[in-house]
Amino acid sequence: MINLVPHLLAFQQSSSEQTPEGSLFFPPKASNFAAESDWLYNFIFWVSAIAFALTIIATVYFVVRYRKSVSPEPQPSPSHSTKLEVIWSVIPSIFLVIMFWKGFELFVDYRKVPAGAYQIQASGVKWKWTFRYPTGAESEVLHVPMGEPVEILITSKDVLHSVFIPAFRVKQDAVPGRYTKLWFEATMPGTFPLYCTEYCGKDHSAMTTTTVVHETRGEFEEWLKGALNPYEGLTPVQSGELAYTRRGCNACHSNDGSANTAPTFQGLMGLTREFEDGSSLVADRNYILESIVNPKAKVVQGFQPVMLPNGGQDLSDDERDFLVAYINSLKAN
Amino acid sequence: MTNTTPDVHYLNCEKGFKSWFWTLDHKRLGLMYMWSVIAAFILGGIFALLVRMELMQPNMGIEENAALYGWSKELGPANLYNHFFTLHGAIMVFLVIIPGIPAALGNFALPMMLGAKDVAYPKLNRFSYHLWLSGAIFFVLALVTKGLDTGWTFYAPYSLTTDTAVVFATTGAFILGFSSIFTGLNMLVTIHKLRPEGMTWFKMPLFLWAIYATAIIQILATPVIGIALLMLTIERVLGVGIFDPTLGGDPVLFEHIFWFYSHPAVYVMVLPAMGVVSELLANFSRKPIFGYRSIAFSSVAIAIFSFIVWGHHMFVSGQSDLVNVVFSALTFSVAVPSAIKVFNWIATLYKGSISLDTPMWYALSVIWLFGIGGLTGLWLGTLGTDIHLHDTYFVVAHFHFVMVGSAIFAFIGGVFYWWPKMYGVMYNETIAKTGTAIAFIGFNLTFLPQFIAGSKGMPRRYFDYAEEFASYNYWSSIGAMTLGVGLSIALYALLKSLMGQRKAAPANPWGAVTLDWQCTSPPPPHNFDHAPPVDGPYDHELVRWNNDLQGYEPVDPVDGDPNLARMGSAKLA
Repeated sequence: MINLVPHLLAFQQSSSEQTPEGSLFFPPKASNFAAESDWLYNFIFWVSAIAFALTIIATVYFVVRYRKSVSPEPQPSPSHSTKLEVIWSVIPSIFLVIMFWKGFELFVDYRKVPAGAYQIQASGVKWKWTFRYPTGAESEVLHVPMGEPVEILITSKDVLHSVFIPAFRVKQDAVPGRYTKLWFEATMPGTFPLYCTEYCGKDHSAMTTTTVVHETRGEFEEWLKGALNPYEGLTPVQSGELAYTRRGCNACHSNDGSANTAPTFQGLMGLTREFEDGSSLVADRNYILESIVNPKAKVVQGFQPVMLPNGGQDLSDDERDFLVAYINSLKAN
Repeated sequence: MTNTTPDVHYLNCEKGFKSWFWTLDHKRLGLMYMWSVIAAFILGGIFALLVRMELMQPNMGIEENAALYGWSKELGPANLYNHFFTLHGAIMVFLVIIPGIPAALGNFALPMMLGAKDVAYPKLNRFSYHLWLSGAIFFVLALVTKGLDTGWTFYAPYSLTTDTAVVFATTGAFILGFSSIFTGLNMLVTIHKLRPEGMTWFKMPLFLWAIYATAIIQILATPVIGIALLMLTIERVLGVGIFDPTLGGDPVLFEHIFWFYSHPAVYVMVLPAMGVVSELLANFSRKPIFGYRSIAFSSVAIAIFSFIVWGHHMFVSGQSDLVNVVFSALTFSVAVPSAIKVFNWIATLYKGSISLDTPMWYALSVIWLFGIGGLTGLWLGTLGTDIHLHDTYFVVAHFHFVMVGSAIFAFIGGVFYWWPKMYGVMYNETIAKTGTAIAFIGFNLTFLPQFIAGSKGMPRRYFDYAEEFASYNYWSSIGAMTLGVGLSIALYALLKSLMGQRKAAPANPWGAVTLDWQCTSPPPPHNFDHAPPVDGPYDHELVRWNNDLQGYEPVDPVDGDPNLARMGSAKLA
């Protein structure tokens, strides 16, 4: 028993240590909510562990003490005890009320967005996140400044998704057709995983990105300036290659001829296309442009009409031109 | 040993496929349900093992996944893994755990526990079983056509557009819903109308209270899932605009209608399990259950409260903050009656005379497993912690502890308990207990690491995951294989008891005094030659061990009939 104490202390300690890797049970405590959420978790843990231990000890003791070989007949005992039953209903109830109340208090904090929070829009589409900043910049990685409240306005372009940043202890579903929100204040610089945590189909497990916490507002602004035009200094084909991944086209269209849920881009230009309705044409720039903007207009034979216009993204005209240029560059082997 | 197996009993009185498929005998129906549920459990279990094999190591990409299994192309665009976890969940929920105890064990034992010849509506009972088979056929159709990749929860809009056999599956579940409703209706009326003279409500065995409370939920809640799935199917086929936001619908509406049933459904799973555990603990301690009335009332209380907490599955769905607070508060109301059952069970052991036969191992396991399962619900009902834990592996671990650890372990315990009555044979205790122990260890090893994977942030329904979750997944998969081995050994013990040199079972091997044991093992087709006299269900001093019979006999038989005990008045709460 005595030897357990240092282990128990280490266990308690490790679950509250501030390390980039987190602790035994938790991710790093990287937001204003983490400490409170973890405290509440631990409170419920200890209340439950003690209650559980008591029930198991009593069970084991009774089974051993009253086993048939030493207790061949049951001994007289009360068939009920109102007093005992009241006690073991009231005492747990007190703890339950405390749990509910502490949970409610923390929840109020979770939902009350501080005035003047920095607003970032998050948009989920199968299977990619796009974050849009007040300057108009966009990125697929969430960048935030440390030490200030940040509000994420969330929506989905197609099915249910969910924004989950474990290190921040925040989560909110992305619902198509409405806006939801979450907020946090990052308390630790670094990069932390951001997961989609509402099942959304094939690449649900791959719909992950990261949250980059910039230590100072200045660093964040610096990044933001660069993010405004990610295509700066790139040729149209290079920009197209960047757009191909940034805009999530690569989730369904390969660029190397391999099979996927949508036709490959390799060797597309100049290829004779056969469509579901029996018609066909030779792929040219106009065909590609139409297929981006109105994918259901011409569905290639053997594929399903699932793509949203513009892939569910807000493509700029430039980006469309870049993509066409890039696809044109992908010659057949 | 004196052989008390009757020459003619319900198993051999009529032979041939038709005498089974068209039977009206609740015992035969119970048996068929039992084997059907076990078969479905094995199928669902295979999918679980496929899921755990995929998750054993990280970085198995889609390409490797497809190459490994090779047939993902035929199943359409969706990833094979997504089919595996969906089918695992759907089969287990709709074909195994919801029907499980009420249909298999309830059907077999309940009429006998009432000293009755059969349930109130035997033809409806047979129809319920045929509906189960029909629902199962639709799930098999889904399996062999385009599969299913929506998750067992069918959330829209994904379920509206995925190119998989959604309509077959929703049709199957719709039909299974009616099987469940009719079973509940039958049990409810049977308990109301077929209780014998002298068996007042508070002299019923607690298993009957459990089945009664379950029946209330089955009748009132199941129609709602029927409606939910019907609406989903209509939306998918006709594009009306109920759940599809592009047509003005609301995806969260589906979640509400779905969970309005699916939360009470989990109590359809757990209440009968608690009823079985109450019977086992009372009989293997040779004592009445402590606090009979509390257990009886808490069963009905749980049934009623189960209807007002569904929103706790939706804390981050976008529903309003006020609604979240209300559901959290109400959720805690369900915790108290559940907890007191466990305390009453433990108090039952006090000053008892405890036999550790196989069924008792299961009952005691449930104390551990429901303890963990129920307590971990507290983290999820608490708003402040649920934000972090929702849709992570913490939830997966929680519900497996209650659905498998409590409902399935209790079901298996019930099978081991009533097996001698069902087949008139005893199984090898050593083999059975070995399987049980391995299954218990395997179960814990599978799901305890998942709590930690969840609190560290591993999302649900991921076939690939970050390196930091690797060791938890590895051990969880080892546990799953261990659980599979343990359950296989337990099943083997049962099958072996029917083969070769059978060991005949006495009428009452466990010394129970509920009426189901006051007939031969196996029972005659009509259960009892005379209506058995009735008084207390847990007055164990009315029977005593007879070495010759290797079983218990009545201390004071009626008319010299060894199968009838004259019961004294029991001192009940």
